Amino acid sequence: MSNAFIHAENLAFTYKGSGGAEDIPALKGITLDIQKGEFVAVLGHNGSGKSTFAKLLNLILEPTGGTLSVAGFDLSKGDLTEEDLIALRRRVGMVFQNPDNQLVATIVEDDVAFGPENLGVPMPELRERVENALSAVGMSEYASSEPHHLSGGQKQRIAIAGILAMKPECVIFDEATAMLDPVGRKEVLDTIRRLNREDGMTVVHITHYMNEAALADRIIVINDGTVLMQGTPDEVFSKRNELRAVGLEVPQCAELIHRLRESGIPLGNDNISSVAGCAELILKSFAKGDAANG
Amino acid sequence: MGKIVLDHVSYIYNAGTPFEKKALDDVSLSIKANCITGVIGHTGSGKSTMMMLLNGLSAPTSGKILLDGYNINATLKEILPEWLKLPEYANMRKSTAKKEIKAELLKRKKTLCFRVGLVMQYPEYQLFEETVYKDIAYGPKNMGLSDEEIKERVYEAIRFSGLDQSVLQKSPFDLSGGQKRRVAIAGVIAMRPEVLVLDEPAAGLDPRGREQILEEVRNYQKATGSTVIMVSHSMEDMAEYCQNMIVLAHSELIAQGSTQEVFSNVSLLEGTGLDIPQITQLIQCLKARGMDLPDDIYTVDRAAQLLKDLYRKNKGTI
Repeated sequence: MSNAFIHAENLAFTYKGSGGAEDIPALKGITLDIQKGEFVAVLGHNGSGKSTFAKLLNLILEPTGGTLSVAGFDLSKGDLTEEDLIALRRRVGMVFQNPDNQLVATIVEDDVAFGPENLGVPMPELRERVENALSAVGMSEYASSEPHHLSGGQKQRIAIAGILAMKPECVIFDEATAMLDPVGRKEVLDTIRRLNREDGMTVVHITHYMNEAALADRIIVINDGTVLMQGTPDEVFSKRNELRAVGLEVPQCAELIHRLRESGIPLGNDNISSVAGCAELILKSFAKGDAANG
Repeated sequence: MGKIVLDHVSYIYNAGTPFEKKALDDVSLSIKANCITGVIGHTGSGKSTMMMLLNGLSAPTSGKILLDGYNINATLKEILPEWLKLPEYANMRKSTAKKEIKAELLKRKKTLCFRVGLVMQYPEYQLFEETVYKDIAYGPKNMGLSDEEIKERVYEAIRFSGLDQSVLQKSPFDLSGGQKRRVAIAGVIAMRPEVLVLDEPAAGLDPRGREQILEEVRNYQKATGSTVIMVSHSMEDMAEYCQNMIVLAHSELIAQGSTQEVFSNVSLLEGTGLDIPQITQLIQCLKARGMDLPDDIYTVDRAAQLLKDLYRKNKGTI
């Protein structure tokens, strides 16, 4: 068995059609590894299977084929005990798309305490966990606020704090930024990155914002229920035509580099995933132009 | 004068209570006819409130909203003297009974709300009929149109949406999220509003889904010459689809003008918590490093063209 935190081999999932409807295969054989401490972005258009993949990772859905192990638990045999399942979900937390669907309490700190309280965490520790979780997402001053008075980005950060209070090793963000505005998205992404960099949290970020995927260590592109490609953001964004063929677009700067190259200007592919990197590529190539001229 | 004019418009939620909140503060602006105007601003800047006021769902706390010069929130009594001056009514008064004129005017007042179509955020949650056809037909039906006319409008709307006609007989709930959204917008388009107002029409969709929605809007605008007003958080989409822009921040208007004018004012956008298009950031970066480029670059097309020209100039040929 692989040492990876998440290990999937030929992983498949089919939604059973109800009332004579046809079965819908959502995942058709996913093989990949995600290491402990990695920040991985999963890209794919709507209906590619990326959210189905996320839901398998802490057994909201059960695999219908292949093997999947997460945090040392084998999720593909269907023999997990209730205790194992609780232990798995404590270690692998999940944040969903809609902030309004995830908050259960009327006061922020009660909401954050909901998870650990259910795990039976005793009182002095519970308070400490809630305080630490709120401080990790930068929401300490809102501890006694009512969630419905908060912005979307703030609510999502409370949802993240609720997961952190259970002290997970890995958090899966299932399009957790899709419903937020640019400020809210930035708040949530900064939080995700800090948790990954400073606390070594394993992060699986499912998104269709290319600019967010560019921040990850590695990008996995899912299309039609299989892994289309994976690599660093620079590697993935240098395959613009393949991405476009499956309905995805590279960030604007990478697109510009591709177009300039197509018109015959020699440009590299390194650092194509960041604005500064693209600027360097252009400056380098244009400086050469000047030298040839002079 | 613009198609729609906001004249010192303010809007206050929960006025007179401890929860009082000013959502729009003395906003005056003019929206041009026959083009797409984008509205941008951070969350809570007053964008959605403004959209809601545009089709008369609420009336401003103070100030006026004028559509073709008429206050959309005026009572019939207030608006009557103006309307009676119109040539068509002046002629009617000579030949027609007073009662009929009154009925005509009431109808005119009633149809005022059909002239501005509003597509709210996540409109796919508002689908409710058994079939896509019936859902799109709901608006035209309420306008009292004939079955023949309704049919024509439904087919026209589905053409703008780019969806295949075969979806018309399906249940809207069997469609994908992006398709549902396009059907919901088609339902408003089928009423052929002169002014189409959309609150974040592409939010939450993947890149292809976004493009399909925005193409639907652009197709409708081009084919009908209508006035489109659209809220979005995506500066990239705004740069691509809008000719004019309105920028709101903290309930106030802070800029309006052509897309080019607004995007060339980078410092203004930065100060309001908005994203600047990535391509504009890149150009700023290149300029800071000494490249000679203009300020108003906000699409990949234009950036590519300018850089190609510059490269050719420097190198002779490629």
